[in-house]
Amino acid sequence: MKFRLHRYNPETDAKPFMQDVELDIDPAGKMLLDALLAIKAQDETLSLRRSCREGVCGSDAVNVNGKNRLACITPLPELKEPIEVRPLPGLPVIRDLIVDMEPFYKQYRSIKPWLVNDAPEPEVERLQSPADRALLDGAYECILCACCTTSCPSFWWNPDTFVGPAGLLQAYRFIADSRDEATAARLDNLEDPYRLYRCRGIMSCVEACPKGLNPTAAIGRIKSLLVKRRV
Amino acid sequence: MNTRRFDALIVGGGGAGLRAALQLARSDYKVAVVSKVFPTRSHTVSAQGGITAALANVDDDRWEWHMYDTVKGGDWLGDQDAIEFMCREAASAVYELEHMGLPFSRLDNGKIYQRPFGGQSKNFGGDQATRTCAAADRTGHALLHTLYQQNIAHRTQFFDEYFALDLLRDAEGYCLGVTAMSIETGEPLLIEARTTLLATGGAGRVFWNSSNAMINTGDGLGMVLRAGLPLQDMEFWQFHPTGIAGVGCLITEGVRGEGGYLLNRNGERFMERYAPHAKDLAGRDVVARAIAIEIAEGRGCGARGDYVDLKLDHLGEKTIAEKLPGIRDLAIRFAGVDPAEKAIPVAPTAHYMMGGIPTNLHGQVVAPARFGPEEPVPGLYAVGECACVSVHGANRLGGNSLLDLVVFGRAAGMHMLEYLRDNPYARPLPDHAAEASLARLARWEQSGSERVAAITDDLRRVMQAHAGVFRIDAVLRDGLGKLGELETRLAHAGLQDTSRVFNTARIEALELENLMGVARATLVSALNRTESRGAHTREDFPQRDDEHWLKHTLYSREGDQVDAKPVRLKPLTVESIRPKERVY
Amino acid sequence: MKSTTGSHTGTGTWLVQRATALVLAVALPGLMIHFLAALPVDFSGWQALFLPLWVRVMLLLTMTALALHAWVGMRDIFMDYVHSTGARLAMYLTVIVILAGSVAWLAVIVFGGTQGSAA
Repeated sequence: MKFRLHRYNPETDAKPFMQDVELDIDPAGKMLLDALLAIKAQDETLSLRRSCREGVCGSDAVNVNGKNRLACITPLPELKEPIEVRPLPGLPVIRDLIVDMEPFYKQYRSIKPWLVNDAPEPEVERLQSPADRALLDGAYECILCACCTTSCPSFWWNPDTFVGPAGLLQAYRFIADSRDEATAARLDNLEDPYRLYRCRGIMSCVEACPKGLNPTAAIGRIKSLLVKRRV
Repeated sequence: MNTRRFDALIVGGGGAGLRAALQLARSDYKVAVVSKVFPTRSHTVSAQGGITAALANVDDDRWEWHMYDTVKGGDWLGDQDAIEFMCREAASAVYELEHMGLPFSRLDNGKIYQRPFGGQSKNFGGDQATRTCAAADRTGHALLHTLYQQNIAHRTQFFDEYFALDLLRDAEGYCLGVTAMSIETGEPLLIEARTTLLATGGAGRVFWNSSNAMINTGDGLGMVLRAGLPLQDMEFWQFHPTGIAGVGCLITEGVRGEGGYLLNRNGERFMERYAPHAKDLAGRDVVARAIAIEIAEGRGCGARGDYVDLKLDHLGEKTIAEKLPGIRDLAIRFAGVDPAEKAIPVAPTAHYMMGGIPTNLHGQVVAPARFGPEEPVPGLYAVGECACVSVHGANRLGGNSLLDLVVFGRAAGMHMLEYLRDNPYARPLPDHAAEASLARLARWEQSGSERVAAITDDLRRVMQAHAGVFRIDAVLRDGLGKLGELETRLAHAGLQDTSRVFNTARIEALELENLMGVARATLVSALNRTESRGAHTREDFPQRDDEHWLKHTLYSREGDQVDAKPVRLKPLTVESIRPKERVY
Repeated sequence: MKSTTGSHTGTGTWLVQRATALVLAVALPGLMIHFLAALPVDFSGWQALFLPLWVRVMLLLTMTALALHAWVGMRDIFMDYVHSTGARLAMYLTVIVILAGSVAWLAVIVFGGTQGSAA
């Protein structure tokens, strides 16, 4: 199979380049990650992140033929050759397929992603109805792979000020949690032309999410809560 | 060499490390977490089915029954004081996670959802219990993210993508921190700490067919072995019965807890023969052996007869969508079947290391020393899969792993606080303390004829073939011989890539060194134990032998020495659970 | 900017964008139909179209909505791409002047014009 890989080693390369690679591999039943690791076994200078290899840890997000995907759950047979693999767009490249995720993590931290409940803790669990719990479905499953945020043009233009779809989805996860008492503060934190309203609802994030989540819908719900609070 | 100084240092950013870090971060001490991956990429994230605690939300339950099941599940090799401690603390540990925000699934009355898991019983071996608390089939993900979030809230210092190299110890044996390397820059770093906790997770990548993440390379075990400390019970590896055939990805026991069951090629529910009472919810070792036997005796499914079917379509679309959405996803992606319509092809896959770094129930690493077989190594702690407390004995029960992480993570964190109060001043670091680590790094600057990736592949094949579900003297010996050859090849290995920045080839080489130590410990310990107990099945010694082998194995690297230490049969407050035959 | 908390603004602007979009969605086709129903052939026909007060009020309202909508859109674009505060401010002012001027001019044309012809 034919691959075109983004290569860049800051110690030796003046600038990034695309490398053509032929790999002898039977694609049936294999994922893109299998192929990348097979290439690395031949040429160990190729660097990429990987861990769980089953789509739950979020390490191996890359841009494949123009789309952000997790290499470990992208079936090899469905990709058009030459398979072009690049690092996630919009983040600084450290080497080859590895980007500096800090701008992404920083936005995640900025939404204060932890449950706030200052009421005295009962000695047992806080109760939550199945209906209230169902509000978290589609929000808590995020694996922080950054596929969505780095497919969002608004994040490309304003990575330091726009929270991005992943961060906003996590903000919604806590706003939606019946046990969280900080909704007002969370809405205050987000109500900003840059932090929230850079989102124009173009839904690139929805298309990119490898877990099938819908950040745009969550952002819409945050906006309607803000409107409700105002009128 | 750059040096950073902290009060407490945690090596490993999975569930155990993050729970311990949280305990320390809530105090005024400076705590750092070193992790070779961003913490939410740790393998805890893959845990599916749940965390076991006798909350009695669905059905009658008591922690004493949980304790009995855990002792029996571990085939009486578990230390009963630690098991009592874990089962007692389970409920409060789970409630605490709930308070931190873990999005547990809920029952209609708003309480935490619980499902039945293998090896769970009421009334000390009676009817099936319903004890495993779950967040759909993503409990580990929910748990890890919750703990990470709490650590952000409490301002824990994270060294993300730093690879820990070696323990730093002084002449009196005190642990004073670790040497590490920034993966991003390749720069070595000395991290001094008055107390250090190893929470580096398992080493399942030592087998060819493994459910484990690629990062599970036993790094903490390698560090401990190089420091001259022993590893305990390394012959006990759990093979999870239901990995996706040919891939290894896990299909949670929760599938069987929700009502799924196994079928052989004749469509027979074969577990009824092996475990008439518990059937598909017998201990994992029992089910894995049963599947291995079915396959070996020609009753496997598929063209090559190398798997069995896990049927769950009868549960209905709704249950699967609500309770097992992740499983459905995995099955469609990796097995090409929608479990709501067709059975999932499954086979046993290496899953969990019951052995590890010996500790007491405070998480203190213990080793034979002047005054006894279990003396704490001052300043050094270990929790989670890398540690052997031992609560899982010879076979871990499903749902007890996440519990182990949070109960002992918290206990170790609390004990480390005590240690910090008792040892208020940092001890001086000996000169040249980092020399061994720097030499190891320098060694990989040299060129060599052998390739790391090839040796790693061969190592995993050797372990799969020689230390798998069934073991036998000659095969184990043969495996040791092959391991010796691999060690020689490793000595002649070199890197093609000696660059500094994010050189993952260098990391893989360092990981291979750690895996080699794990492999040797496993083979030597397995050869030594001439009985079958829990997950360790010797075809040449098929019976459990309490008279000679009701004891823990202690393996030391120096001369491949194997010692033993007694199993603690005396719990903290309740009566001892006496060994008896283990039937399900 | 280091600050990572909200400025507590933006919702109003966003609402204005949505509200004006609604107005435009209703009013633009309405006006269009009104014009197309009696397509004027000369200037007096054109003038007659604008004679009813409701047409002039509608037109001014619609064009105000259009200006506001355009303002939010242009502001969004500048916020995306123009990261120098000074340059952005200058562009904001330019757009405000153009849009506000256009609306004012329109007001003069549709209302001022009638007064002129009446006189």
